[in-house]
Amino acid sequence: MSIFEELSNNLQAGNTEAVAKLTQQAIDEHKEPKDILDNGLIAGMAVIGERFKLHKIFLPDVLLAARAMYAGMDLLKPLMIKEGIPSIGKVVIGTVKGDLHDIGKNLAGIMLKGAGFEIIDLGKDVTPEKFIDTAEEENADIIGLSALLTTTMIGMKDVVELAKKRGLGDRVKIIVGGAPLSSEYAREIGADAYCFDGISAVETVKRLLKIT
Amino acid sequence: MKNILERIKAGEILVGDGAMGTMLFRKGLKMDQCPEKLNLDNPMIIEEVAQSYLDAGADLIETNSFGGSPLKLAMYSLEDKTEEINRIAIHSVRKVIGESAFLSFSCGPTGRILKPYGDTEPVEMLESFKRQIKVAIDENVDLICIETMTDIFEAKLAIDAVKSFSADIPIVATMTFDPTPNGFFTIMGVSVEQACKELVAAGADIIGSNCGNGIDNMIKIAAEFKKYATTPIIIQSNAGLPEIKNGEAVYSETPQFMADKSQRLLDIGVSIIGGCCGTTEKHIAAIRQVVDNYNMDKNNS
Repeated sequence: MSIFEELSNNLQAGNTEAVAKLTQQAIDEHKEPKDILDNGLIAGMAVIGERFKLHKIFLPDVLLAARAMYAGMDLLKPLMIKEGIPSIGKVVIGTVKGDLHDIGKNLAGIMLKGAGFEIIDLGKDVTPEKFIDTAEEENADIIGLSALLTTTMIGMKDVVELAKKRGLGDRVKIIVGGAPLSSEYAREIGADAYCFDGISAVETVKRLLKIT
Repeated sequence: MKNILERIKAGEILVGDGAMGTMLFRKGLKMDQCPEKLNLDNPMIIEEVAQSYLDAGADLIETNSFGGSPLKLAMYSLEDKTEEINRIAIHSVRKVIGESAFLSFSCGPTGRILKPYGDTEPVEMLESFKRQIKVAIDENVDLICIETMTDIFEAKLAIDAVKSFSADIPIVATMTFDPTPNGFFTIMGVSVEQACKELVAAGADIIGSNCGNGIDNMIKIAAEFKKYATTPIIIQSNAGLPEIKNGEAVYSETPQFMADKSQRLLDIGVSIIGGCCGTTEKHIAAIRQVVDNYNMDKNNS
């Protein structure tokens, strides 16, 4: 088994220590950081995402795998920055104002990070201004809005409208997700895309940014 | 008044109440407000909801304390008000119902995820539940309803918290399941079978499911519970899943639809039927009729 396969397998098993150890080992063996990321960590996370989607595994398994993934990424990040390897895209995410539910948002963040995107997580109860200010300052490609409540999802429209008002409409795409949402609703409020769940956020963002 | 467990044991089917949140939003609760803060700001509204459900014929009336654990209240920086919020939640309902119905103390999830998956120590969560539930025990509620749980460990910590104060207060424990191709599981991966075994082992007296599903799925979940449960079963279904129409959440299942389907729950052997998100006093009144007919037929046969 290659070290990348070993990394992927240990990540899937949520074995944080082994993932950290194997990532360090791969670095010491002068493997390319990008290869370690793509063929080890991202490959493992893709399997986790797929299995979660099929209901073969559940949230605890994803959270444990995510922790293992972060352990590996923490070691790779300084090297990637040093070598000037850009992330494939920058995504600002958060749960909209008034909403304190963050499982879906966290899941989307985990999966996007696991697919190689840079994530700026604004947390819960985020105002439209905060979303737009951060997207501007960070020069983000995507804003991801999450809501669990039918009463708070209505506030997503405010973010879309503020983005237009501030002239971000063309530069930044807005995606929305959450249990009560639908693609019709996303269209109605003028969002660029609807994500059925945290896993499909990866496909959606790749499609919008034309990443294959 | 007889204990709720004695009434069920005697063969009576009971009716729970409907949604709290749906009613509060209809009465003007804003999206960014803590629902339990209404207990402090405007307990009249809580009394009105209790009165509506009592008038509709509910045998159990729940308190507005679902998010009343200090861990959950901390999200609104209200944890210092834990005792006051939960006490008023109970007083508001008791004032309306007296002894004419059971006062069911609602206890929902903390919103935190336990270690090792999340960042919360079990002891921290246990202490949080204890602080909330101590108020309920001190105020002599008729039963504790631990609900909308998805993590079996969190549910068990809540049961442990109750047991630390009282060996005999009736405990209802319900979880929220999602349909998957392999059967019903909570998002944390708990099957109905596991829920039945572990909730009862922890000391729950009545178990079942609430929220997350309309009544058709709840009928399937109830049938699954019937296979494994050694206690009476409670089902509190949503009025379907919310759809957004003109910017408002609309739940499609009508009172009559849910009442008709409730007959199936009775046939399966469910002991308490109530409602969750999207249900109103009209749903409960319609279910009351079906249950009354059933109770009457049973007495006559």
